Amino acid sequence: MGAERELSSTAIAARAALSGVAREPGASKADPILSASGVRRDFGGITAVDVERVEVQRGSITALIGPNGAGKTTLFNLLTGFDTANSGVWTFDGRSMEKIASHRTAAMGMVRTFQLTKSLTKLSVIENMRLGATDQKGEKWWNGLFSGIWKSQEASNTERADALLERFKLSHMRDEYAGSLSGGQRKLLEMARALMTNPTLVMLDEPMAGVNPALKQSLNEHIRGLRDEGMTVLFVEHDMDMVHDISDWVIVMAEGRVIAEGTPDDISKNPAVIDAYLGAHQGRSLMEEEA
Amino acid sequence: MDWNLVLENSLKGFIGINAVYFAVAALGLNVQFGYTGLLNFGQAGFMACGAYGLGMTSKYFGISMWWGIPLGILFSVALGLLMGIPTLRLRADYLAIVTIASAEIIRLIVRSVKFKTYFGGSDGINGFSDEFRKLGNSFGIEESAQYGFWPFRFTGRELWTLVVGWIVVALLGFLVYKLMKSPWGRVLKAIREDEDAVKSLGKNVFSYKMQSLILGGVIGTISGMIFALDRASVQPDNYSRDVTFYILTALVLGGVAKVSGSIIGPMIFWGLFTFMDNFLRQVAKDPINIGNLTIMNSTQVGQFNYMLIGLTLILLMVYRPQGVFGNRQEMAFDGR
Repeated sequence: MGAERELSSTAIAARAALSGVAREPGASKADPILSASGVRRDFGGITAVDVERVEVQRGSITALIGPNGAGKTTLFNLLTGFDTANSGVWTFDGRSMEKIASHRTAAMGMVRTFQLTKSLTKLSVIENMRLGATDQKGEKWWNGLFSGIWKSQEASNTERADALLERFKLSHMRDEYAGSLSGGQRKLLEMARALMTNPTLVMLDEPMAGVNPALKQSLNEHIRGLRDEGMTVLFVEHDMDMVHDISDWVIVMAEGRVIAEGTPDDISKNPAVIDAYLGAHQGRSLMEEEA
Repeated sequence: MDWNLVLENSLKGFIGINAVYFAVAALGLNVQFGYTGLLNFGQAGFMACGAYGLGMTSKYFGISMWWGIPLGILFSVALGLLMGIPTLRLRADYLAIVTIASAEIIRLIVRSVKFKTYFGGSDGINGFSDEFRKLGNSFGIEESAQYGFWPFRFTGRELWTLVVGWIVVALLGFLVYKLMKSPWGRVLKAIREDEDAVKSLGKNVFSYKMQSLILGGVIGTISGMIFALDRASVQPDNYSRDVTFYILTALVLGGVAKVSGSIIGPMIFWGLFTFMDNFLRQVAKDPINIGNLTIMNSTQVGQFNYMLIGLTLILLMVYRPQGVFGNRQEMAFDGR
């Protein structure tokens, strides 16, 4: 169904910008928003991530795929400061990020979601949303007492939150506890909440996990919508249909390394990727193997 | 059986000074535990900071007692930083271990012979509260005169501490209520739910946890001051572990993460405690015997009462985990 879709102008622009990029691991992009090199993370004797070079094109939807244990989530954690790399440098929007604490990355425009949804269950949906807004005056305790200082900012944040809830079709749940939402609705809430930070790069860790097929279509639309508003999306996903459907570029990881890059069509034909997912013996006879 | 006396004492226990200082300490604990999810098992240590801050002014520094208020607050901020810096980045259980140990260390230091000149050893510090009493007099409350009506009859001395105490409870209750309604309080509640989510939204979780620990600690310090002023003495053993746990019990009884819960919980706790104590004392005036076996005599009432507290807490956890004022719906999401 991806092929029949009419591409939006931003999608056409993103794909045009990526058309000249070499189909090889660590390929340089024309205008990278995120670029990392030499990123390595060891857990004891196991090297979870060992990425020589990777770049993410600004304004594109980039998928990060790979078999289980390939190090995708670990790479996410490293880039967003939730884990500490053994070595490596990376920049976001031209700024060096290796030493930036996790809470400061969001203020810089880089926001992430989690594989296991982190809805704040005992807060209402709208409070979840309000929490996402950055630079809140009322979040300083000495201002907290004086509602005059933060009331107007709170009102404008609430307005923005309501608009996002409307867009993600969660308005009817506005005043319910987030704990009463379904799994899919929680995914939507987490994404909407992340948008409250006004990000330039949205990093989604398995946005489709546990989401029913009907909701998947609308999630796809939401992710396309982010790009159409000028944001860059980097997402980890196992759902190949979705990857094929919405991504402009795909990065494949296996055993901690980037093993392939390219457009979704390139990737689905790439033998290295098929090997990584299905094992290197696939399609060959034992005789060939011995020879 | 003197029902009149039992009733009078119980009703007085309901609004008495014990309920006051428990309520203040529970408010502080609620900021930390109820709203932020920090397991502070050392509230008694913060209370000791306030009490010794007051006591040391006149006895050791030789300055006016009123300086004890900023001094005690300073002590508790220092204690909060000391406990928070190494533990607040770790999992919640570590804070629990460190706080319970810190409170004990404080108690053992202040009661030690070595530091007797500063803290008065196991005798504590006495007779520093004259200025507080004088202030009461200047408002026309005679220390030894009787005030009130049945069952709320108090001496002027008791009345003055109670008035000041309940004003402090009201002010601090209002303060906590306002703070928790603000975006600042929202961040704390979010941290209680999931730290990583809050971090990913750009909030400095460590800093907020520290603010919460210190705010709750300072409120606990004020509780220690009220207690010290009421007794006109500071005794190290008034700040032992069990105090923290009784306050926690009272808080859970009232309902965590509710300002009303942290005020009314201690009132019910002390109302019930005084009632059971008085009632059992009346019952056991003469040892209760079944045949030749003595079931209970009056000296065992105290212990028996503490057993009942434990039993009450167990029943409460089983049948009403959200406390008297807590929100059942909120509690229901815990298991997920």
